[in-house]
Amino acid sequence: MKFAIVVYGAPYSHQAPLSAFYFAKAVLDQGHEIYRVFFYHDGVYTGNEAIAPPQDEPDIRQMWSSLAAANQIELIVCIASALRRGVLDRTEADRYEKSHANLDSSFTISGLGQLIDAGLNADRLVTFGA
Amino acid sequence: MPGSMQIAWSHLVPDMKTLLFVHTSSPHGSIKAQEGLDALLMGSAFADCTALFLGDGILQLLKNQDTQQTGQKNFSLTFGSLQDYGVDKVFCSKTHLLNHDIDESDLVIDVTALEDKDIATLLASHDVILNF
Repeated sequence: MKFAIVVYGAPYSHQAPLSAFYFAKAVLDQGHEIYRVFFYHDGVYTGNEAIAPPQDEPDIRQMWSSLAAANQIELIVCIASALRRGVLDRTEADRYEKSHANLDSSFTISGLGQLIDAGLNADRLVTFGA
Repeated sequence: MPGSMQIAWSHLVPDMKTLLFVHTSSPHGSIKAQEGLDALLMGSAFADCTALFLGDGILQLLKNQDTQQTGQKNFSLTFGSLQDYGVDKVFCSKTHLLNHDIDESDLVIDVTALEDKDIATLLASHDVILNF
């Protein structure tokens, strides 16, 4: 079965990115496929490479990044949500003349159409942090 | 489904999935409501979309919102263009209207108020539910 995962909550403020991560792992462990992970609302902060958690707390961005690399999962952050929260890739940082880009390279900035596409093409759309 | 309102769903494409956007957040305390409307507008470009307003989400539809002193965008004005986006199925909970002491005439657009059992039917009859 193809699962799409949507994350609304910010890492460390909200359980959503971690619960979604454990769900994604369980999906893969049981032989299913992940169609896409879409980060919306405060969920876009998950892709912020500048997050530096204390050593005794999980590195949530790194966990997602490793899972995505090992399983070729698409991690999308919504462009509208990301820009207004200061989560930028190099292209957007240049476009808006910001001195820094901070989006982890495992994540891709794209539009809300990717959320709709995930709803239409995955067998299940599961939302965390609604 | 005996005893409940029959709802006819028109599909843009016969086998295309139907999307139900459920809006439960109050309008200006967080950006969730506004970003939910953004998602609905985007969805309308690709699929047959229905909107359902529940709980505090109904407050998003109130007429005469003035957000000037809060620094928030008054996105309630955008609901008026839902029809232009092809979103003509807009529902809310009759119970929640009563709970909030809101009349349908207080809302910025025409909304069909549903009994609880019809809301259950609505939820069950859509392929994908997006909650905001």
